[in-house]
Amino acid sequence: MSKNLSPANYQAGTPIAPTINQTGNQWNRTPYSPGKKNFWQKLKSQKALLFMSLPFVIWLIVFRYIPVLGWTMAFQDYKPQNSLFEQKWVGLKHFKDLFNEPTFYRALENTLGMGILGLIFSTLAAITFALLLNEMRFTRLKKLTQTISYLPHFVSWVIVANIVITMLSISGPINNLLMSIGLIDNPINFMARPNMFWGVVTAAEVWKSTGWNAIIYFAAMAGVDPQLYEAAKVDGASRLRQMWHITLPSIRPVIIVLLILNIGNLINIGFEKQMLLGNNIVMERALVIDLYALNYGIGMFRYSFGTAIGIFKSVISIILILIANTFARKLGEGRVF
Amino acid sequence: MKKLKITFFDIFLLVLMVGVIVVTLYPFLNILAISLNDATDTARGGLHIFPRQFTWANYQEIFGGTADLWSAFVMSVLRTLVGTITGIIASTMLAFTLSRRDYILNAPISFILVITMFISGGLIPEYLLIRELGLMNNFLVYILPMLLNAFNVIVIRSFIDNIPMALTESAKIDGANDFTIFWRIIIPLSLPVIATVSLFLAVGQWNSWFDTYLYARGNANLSTLQFELMKILDNTNISSGSVTSQSAEFVARRTNPQSIQMAITIIATVPILVVYPFLQRYFVTGLTLGAVKS
Repeated sequence: MSKNLSPANYQAGTPIAPTINQTGNQWNRTPYSPGKKNFWQKLKSQKALLFMSLPFVIWLIVFRYIPVLGWTMAFQDYKPQNSLFEQKWVGLKHFKDLFNEPTFYRALENTLGMGILGLIFSTLAAITFALLLNEMRFTRLKKLTQTISYLPHFVSWVIVANIVITMLSISGPINNLLMSIGLIDNPINFMARPNMFWGVVTAAEVWKSTGWNAIIYFAAMAGVDPQLYEAAKVDGASRLRQMWHITLPSIRPVIIVLLILNIGNLINIGFEKQMLLGNNIVMERALVIDLYALNYGIGMFRYSFGTAIGIFKSVISIILILIANTFARKLGEGRVF
Repeated sequence: MKKLKITFFDIFLLVLMVGVIVVTLYPFLNILAISLNDATDTARGGLHIFPRQFTWANYQEIFGGTADLWSAFVMSVLRTLVGTITGIIASTMLAFTLSRRDYILNAPISFILVITMFISGGLIPEYLLIRELGLMNNFLVYILPMLLNAFNVIVIRSFIDNIPMALTESAKIDGANDFTIFWRIIIPLSLPVIATVSLFLAVGQWNSWFDTYLYARGNANLSTLQFELMKILDNTNISSGSVTSQSAEFVARRTNPQSIQMAITIIATVPILVVYPFLQRYFVTGLTLGAVKS
């Protein structure tokens, strides 16, 4: 309420305040307003800065912008031997091909399936871990647990895939454990069960990322006003109730912002995990969009088709982030834009 | 101070945290044990965190054997060193120019930098670009595409922003030019953030395998440890977890692909284990700072 009222008050009430406000703003936005001549003179006096930034501007254009220009390929029958101007324009042909391809829908389903599972479980695991760690009173063990929990984040997916496959192998520790406590009679061949693949990938992701993702929640918890806990203690709230009614609501803005960012990235889950953990037996559940683009686009030299997949992905990603953002605004919570 | 009363909840947390430690470390210790155990003995199974028949054979195979693993190790180290150094110089330089409010090109360059965080050309256009630039099977393919990252530049710039202007102003009055200010004042004062970003760059370089897979497969000299590991993984994956293929040659040497695989895993993990505890306090602040900014 007051946020909406105050600017109007300034304009209606005090004539001096907005003037100060405006000059202040102008100064922030444009430190100086150069004429044409002035610009070149200024640039000349800043030769060193220009020299230090120009190579990287060129780098940005070559390595980040030219690939975006490459999107035109999706609307052409791109032939590598022809130059940019000799390509044949085919309109939306490749997009139509894409939408007529059953494999594409399977890839989309797998991408969103694993993306959503990963998002839910890694967020829950990170928040729970941060909450419980925050409650730990044995400081040394707390520090040690935190330090050790980061470790998997720093090793590559190649190593994690290696670990997962070793742990889940027929004679591996997980099967041994499950058999010795009598949960199963025969070892499960986890990596050869298509229906288990999403679960395996999600579990691997939770194992790899929980400690690292918890840092941000943990940092947010450190900023909670201790007086709130004191007041709750006086009211006789147990520690579980304090966690639920004070800690969690206090970090809610952080949770929402991260959720929005992650929802925007749902479709960008990549292919590393799927490519490294997958095999021919589970391929129907492991094929994700990027892997599809890689196999068809580069593997079969269908460059235009592969680029169309990339564009489709970007569009979905933008739509997802806009939806999440609107949703957050409706809830009246912090949002990214 | 009041003495802490240990409740049931505290005991529960204690057990849980020990559980987290075990779940995180056990796989690494198990793999270490396999890598240090005699290969034929490992096949009997039931190995946990201590080797049963201790041997260095698997590591000898990597560092002294016929396999190209030694050169892959050297290549991993080389690309990590070169990539981190060039990457950090590039990001710091650009961040410095963007921290200068009076720089006339500040706004447009910031703009084209930030845009790259939201759009990217995607796999195929990038692949074709690398090919057009002639970077295929070239060492530079490890360095050039990863030179800059908008997020890192922004993190460094916000750090430089907090360095008092008075320092650079007075240096200017003493006749220092922008290069001198950069090398003599900004770099030494930015060491904490440089350490953080260097760690991220180094870890990224060390762990990278996909660029080798895509761009450098044709040149065996450019193979890295992660890529060698990926290849072994790829070969054994088909038998879905249980490594059964043991060539006669490997049996004769008392090593097998699985043991070699575990030894490479350990070698690829150790550098990270050595480095990250030292830099922990930096990256925690770095990450929090970055989160606040985004």
